[in-house]
Amino acid sequence: MAKPARPRKKAPTAETGESEAGGSGFALRSLQDNLASNRRYEASDEELLHFYEQMLLIRRFEEKAGQLYGLGLIGGFCHLYIGQEAVAVGLQSALRAGLDSVITGYRDHGHMLAYGIDPRVIMAELTGRQAGISKGKGGSMHMFSTEHAFYGGHGIVGAQVPLGAGLAFAHKYRGDGGVCLSYFGDGASNQGQVYETFNMASLWQLPIIFVIENNQYAMGTAVKRSSAETHFHRRGTAFRIPGLDVNGMDVLEVRRAAEIALEHVRGGNGPVLMELNTYRYRGHSMSDPAKYRSREEVQEVREKRDPIEAARHDLLERGIDEARLKEIDKAIRARVAEAADFAETSPEPDPAELYTDVLVSAY
Amino acid sequence: MAIELKMPALSPTMEEGTLAKWLVKEGDEVRSGDILAEIETDKATMEFEAVDEGTITSLVIPAGTEGVKVGAVIATLDGDGAAASPAPAARVEPAPQPAPATPAPRGEDAAPVLRSDPSVPEGAAMAVLTVREALRDAMAEEMRSDSRVFVMGEEVAEYQGAYKVTQGLLEEFGPQRVIDTPITEYGFAGLGTGAAMGGLRPIVEFMTFNFAMQAIDHIVNSAAKTNYMSGGQMRCPVVFRGPNGAAARVGAQHSQNYAPWYASVPGLVVIAPYDSADAKGLLKAAIRSEDPVVFLENELVYGRSFPVPDIADWVLPIGKARVVRQGADVTIVSYSIGVGMALEAAETLAGEGIDAEVLDLRTLRPLDRAAVLESLARTNRLIVAEEAWPQCSIASEVIAICMEDGFDLLDAPVLRVCDADVPLPYAANLEKLALLNPARIVEAARKVCYR
Repeated sequence: MAKPARPRKKAPTAETGESEAGGSGFALRSLQDNLASNRRYEASDEELLHFYEQMLLIRRFEEKAGQLYGLGLIGGFCHLYIGQEAVAVGLQSALRAGLDSVITGYRDHGHMLAYGIDPRVIMAELTGRQAGISKGKGGSMHMFSTEHAFYGGHGIVGAQVPLGAGLAFAHKYRGDGGVCLSYFGDGASNQGQVYETFNMASLWQLPIIFVIENNQYAMGTAVKRSSAETHFHRRGTAFRIPGLDVNGMDVLEVRRAAEIALEHVRGGNGPVLMELNTYRYRGHSMSDPAKYRSREEVQEVREKRDPIEAARHDLLERGIDEARLKEIDKAIRARVAEAADFAETSPEPDPAELYTDVLVSAY
Repeated sequence: MAIELKMPALSPTMEEGTLAKWLVKEGDEVRSGDILAEIETDKATMEFEAVDEGTITSLVIPAGTEGVKVGAVIATLDGDGAAASPAPAARVEPAPQPAPATPAPRGEDAAPVLRSDPSVPEGAAMAVLTVREALRDAMAEEMRSDSRVFVMGEEVAEYQGAYKVTQGLLEEFGPQRVIDTPITEYGFAGLGTGAAMGGLRPIVEFMTFNFAMQAIDHIVNSAAKTNYMSGGQMRCPVVFRGPNGAAARVGAQHSQNYAPWYASVPGLVVIAPYDSADAKGLLKAAIRSEDPVVFLENELVYGRSFPVPDIADWVLPIGKARVVRQGADVTIVSYSIGVGMALEAAETLAGEGIDAEVLDLRTLRPLDRAAVLESLARTNRLIVAEEAWPQCSIASEVIAICMEDGFDLLDAPVLRVCDADVPLPYAANLEKLALLNPARIVEAARKVCYR
């Protein structure tokens, strides 16, 4: 692990782009070329239906969370994932359950739902109840499920990047073949610790995929106002990390890109950096008045690039009965309503919980 | 003109070293820049270069001699008159030798006076170890028994540790488990924390805790709060360790004591041992702990020797203070390097008829409130000696404990003896004025005894 980086394996012949990285078999753009040759995952009808269902669950769940926030049932910060659903669903569908690990920042509801974690315990965490996944002590930004190898839920912008490298380090140390997916945003991409991590991850060939969810705004600052290099997938170049530029509004392209990245990382070739171009429909958090962009801009993405509408369109084109989609929609609404009910009616944590879980052991 | 070559100080804290090897012999001509000898300090093996030119007339100290004091004459040179620089030359008589004979670790002999630790077997044999060796042994033993334990940090592997604490670990455990990191504190503290979340048992060494300022976000936000924020679901059993506090003449940015900072954070365990036995027993406990531990060492104490129970698995309880010297008139509470000074002060006080008890806190979080109050109940007078800034210090905390729960036991106000409330100066005289010392502890003890 501490050995100096070995020369990369010679890339397969189909891979190109050596000149950009200065030779020695390092094919910086090979993954991108691979994606360009075939951009979309060939999903079966059932798979695509499942993706659609998961994305819709996230959308409806987040809409409901927004409502509960408005009613004062959810407090503090609450960052919604609406618009970005295809990213978590497409990526996590390619993981090996129970082996690969996931870590993200504070916009974490979608990643948990994409993992199949019960919406009721997530919503109950948002309302700060004992039945919440963190017993109500974490809140929207701090949810974890070690059972699903989901490691949170981190509130300091960029912290999940070295933490994710630590998870990847653990995979490599144990030799379990697992890969860590570390999600962060275009805003976190300007944090120094991200580059410290790129260096170590590449130096030690850690099995990690850095996933930049570029939703175009770091809070209210557009990427072009904050970033000298707005093509985030190129930011691994200095560390010899190959990049992938992915349409994050198409769940099938996301899935396909995930498979390319995972194959590279599982092959022992070190990290991959993916940029998922996506869009956040809502404000940064519930308290964001969104004065930094126009309604028209948001409306245009909703109408032309919405990932759920696109999947729906694909499904109808394949001849899936519209009635079946309506059934799914109805079932999801019922599930979300039930989760909201559960979250509203569950009791708050017992006052005795105040002093539990500070330390694991008694000294 | 005869020139005396003296044992050089090769680090800010070096007091003595081993003359490992002569690379010249008597009668050799040497030129400025020639390597004359290899000298082993407690940190590294260094080459000793000639400054002056001439013929070696005698090698005073034979190769292989250990414990050669800094400033001692090790060879003489017959300067051909063409001495490159007369700088450290002859006329300056017996250079300011560091205290004669044994500059004995302060209070060393007083160390094993009384142990309240229940785990010491009756009549156990004692091995004398430096604190540095005790720490290394603790890590090595835990690495042998648990494959999840690994060490990472700057210069921990091939360099053998910036302060030689990880010496030999690379050889025994290999580069998979003893890992040199780039100079990237924020990054590797985060990586170590993540590895702990992922089920490993990392020991993250900071070259000094001053550099951990760059990483404190992960220690506090990522490591300390995780268990609570996850409702007890996600643990983070990582140990952050390294030297803390003032060394010698290294200036303000390398001399801060961070104990009060970390000890203020719920979710962390904070340990700051003084002697070898506590260093070993508590580091082993820290590595086994399910909680994140900040383990604060002291560079000036690394080279001091103390007895350690020579038993198979010497592990001490976290969260327990220790009475290192019993007394009836006044309690001196301290931790880390301050304990040695407190013991020295107690000796002086004994000569004046004041019987001082010295309580070593050892663990700063959770703090052993009961031990403080029990000692106060015996002596009714208490001072705190701490090598740290006074405001918001461990001393402040101990005083608060006495006020909250020991008010009726007090026969005098509780006083604290700390460093001066300034960034640590470089100049030797100012540095001395700024730091805690035994004389000031004595003075405070007299004051609360109304003497």
